[in-house]
Amino acid sequence: MTDSNDDAPKPETTSRRRFLAGAATLGGLAAAGAAQAGNPKNLPPNVADWSKHLGDGVAVRPYGHPSKFEKDVIRRDVQWLTASRESSVSFTPLHELDGIITPNGLCFERHHAGIAEIDPDDYRLIIHGLVDRPLIFTLDDLKRLPRVNRIYFLECAANSGMEWRGAQLNGCQYTHGMVHCVQYTGVPVKVLLEQAGVKPAGKWLLVEGGDAAAMNRSVPLAKALDDCLVAYRQNGEMLRPEQGYPVRLVVPGWEGNMWIKWLRRIEVGDQPWYTREETSKYTDLLENGKGRKFTFEMDAKSVITSPSPQAPVKHKGFQVISGLAWSGRGKVTRVDVSLDGGRNWRAAKIDGPVFDKCCVRFYAETEWNGEPWLLQSRAMDDTGYVQPSKDDLRKIRGVNSIYHNNGIQTWALKASGEVENVEVG
Amino acid sequence: MSRLVDWPVGKLTSVRSRESGNPVLYFLALGPRFRGDERKFGFALAVFLLLVSPALAQDKKSPPRNYGIGQIATPEQIAGWDIDVRPDGLGAPPGKGSVKDGEKVYVERCAACHGEFGESAGRWPQLAQGKGTLASHDPVKTVGSYFPYVSSVFDYIRRSMPFGDAQSLSNDELYAVTAYVLNLNDIVDDTFVLSKETWAQVKMPNRDGFYDDDREKSEKAFWNSKPCMKDCRGPVKITGHAAVIDVTPEDKTPRKGGVD
Repeated sequence: MTDSNDDAPKPETTSRRRFLAGAATLGGLAAAGAAQAGNPKNLPPNVADWSKHLGDGVAVRPYGHPSKFEKDVIRRDVQWLTASRESSVSFTPLHELDGIITPNGLCFERHHAGIAEIDPDDYRLIIHGLVDRPLIFTLDDLKRLPRVNRIYFLECAANSGMEWRGAQLNGCQYTHGMVHCVQYTGVPVKVLLEQAGVKPAGKWLLVEGGDAAAMNRSVPLAKALDDCLVAYRQNGEMLRPEQGYPVRLVVPGWEGNMWIKWLRRIEVGDQPWYTREETSKYTDLLENGKGRKFTFEMDAKSVITSPSPQAPVKHKGFQVISGLAWSGRGKVTRVDVSLDGGRNWRAAKIDGPVFDKCCVRFYAETEWNGEPWLLQSRAMDDTGYVQPSKDDLRKIRGVNSIYHNNGIQTWALKASGEVENVEVG
Repeated sequence: MSRLVDWPVGKLTSVRSRESGNPVLYFLALGPRFRGDERKFGFALAVFLLLVSPALAQDKKSPPRNYGIGQIATPEQIAGWDIDVRPDGLGAPPGKGSVKDGEKVYVERCAACHGEFGESAGRWPQLAQGKGTLASHDPVKTVGSYFPYVSSVFDYIRRSMPFGDAQSLSNDELYAVTAYVLNLNDIVDDTFVLSKETWAQVKMPNRDGFYDDDREKSEKAFWNSKPCMKDCRGPVKITGHAAVIDVTPEDKTPRKGGVD
């Protein structure tokens, strides 16, 4: 949506900007010292070790992995959150990533009974209920059917759920890391239902996992026919076991709990099932003690991933503020950034592709000279929805709803370059 | 934007198992009812539509294609996996279980995590108590205080409990342990026996505690095509610090800014 040329500096200002930025960096270098250090033996005019010796040959790493110097770019969990790691969550390191695609090994995990390890030969999907022909598919069957490729974000409804009562976890990995965005390859659910033939009374689907939680949710038939997929690939390769290998449901824009992993069964019915996961869990308890049910859509949301508590600022001068935005109701059309806690806003630049129910990457270029900032971002989507402040959300929902917290995040940037998760009023 | 009410039913046509909406069939079927010129016209139109039907096949109304992929699932295959139960009892298996028998199952298979009286051990879910807390600052969501239907409990135990030994309880044990958890919540008395037949007698206290998503109405103010850009609020104060709460896990990556 944004043509990068719009924001390209004019040639004559470029040189001046470069000069100023360079001067600032030099100042930063002098102050930062150790942050710029390396091993002098590898720095010019000396010739580095890797310039003299052979490295690993081909196929030494038959499935490639990130550089050993990137060992801190990992999923992390918060152990006090849950009773066991088999029923828990690990978070995407958003602060270490750029662009819109999440690498497969970094996609956040949410399991309810650990990772099921399914032999693809033993995989089966049953479609039954209010259909003309109950069917059973092998994985090979699914791969033979017409397929599509779509990039969608997946956000857990409880993402940012620990922040309802105020700033708690210090890092966007923990506050916002239950989201990822990959390209899925799979069969439209519509195609599968056409094979079985849905009877006229069919209105809802029960979708069910094959793990030891047998997670089950009710999905309106109209949504399933609109854009849901039975996916077996993410970013080209087969799904990771953590993401439901060999087959998961894709429910674009809707809460992650519905994206059943290790999908084993789809039943067509005439009404919802009111399973534990759509009553006791994944309902939004409001201040009056009533719960909102079937709050499927994930509303527009954004977060600045750098600077953020795990990605502090290391230099004065030119800064690229970078972040991620998404909306479960459509396309992100705009992201605004504030440096003063929401008093004043400016539109950020969206760079890279903009798809329906997909993450976008935004940047705001600016200068920083040690003054305190209160960094915020707010996303807007093509339905006209504007990401609200946390206080505006709390006015309507109170602080007990756990789920669907899409309020505006505030990061406080200090003179030291450190960044902290703060609450503003 | 998708809406929770008024699902676009019209979109369902192509997967419905009703007769094809093919206009050729429609006109041929009507043919004998037309007379004279009308009938000739009907026939000519039918021929015309037959000729252009390949083009129509690409229209949205074309009948779905059967790819001949996948096998018919047998009743036995389905029965082994079809374990869901609805609020109206649809799907409930044969069998029955008393509160008394449920206590034995519960003590043996459940109490280690959920506590002897459903009060929870450690961080595992609490099953009992919590009545009257939903509107408080510290709501306690349990079977008694929050679950709207027996099926929401029964179906969950049937598919996933005991944790780590799922689908190991017999139907009678399932009915019994569900009855016991209901009894812990004072929903049924000590002599109650749960079965398909008594299912409808159970009235869950929070049955009417939920309503459909109404965000598009109750949060309508968030749809605003021209959000404020300048001087949008008064002075901003920091009112809370995550660092003070200090519950973020430690990791070895340096997090200090490099700027002095």
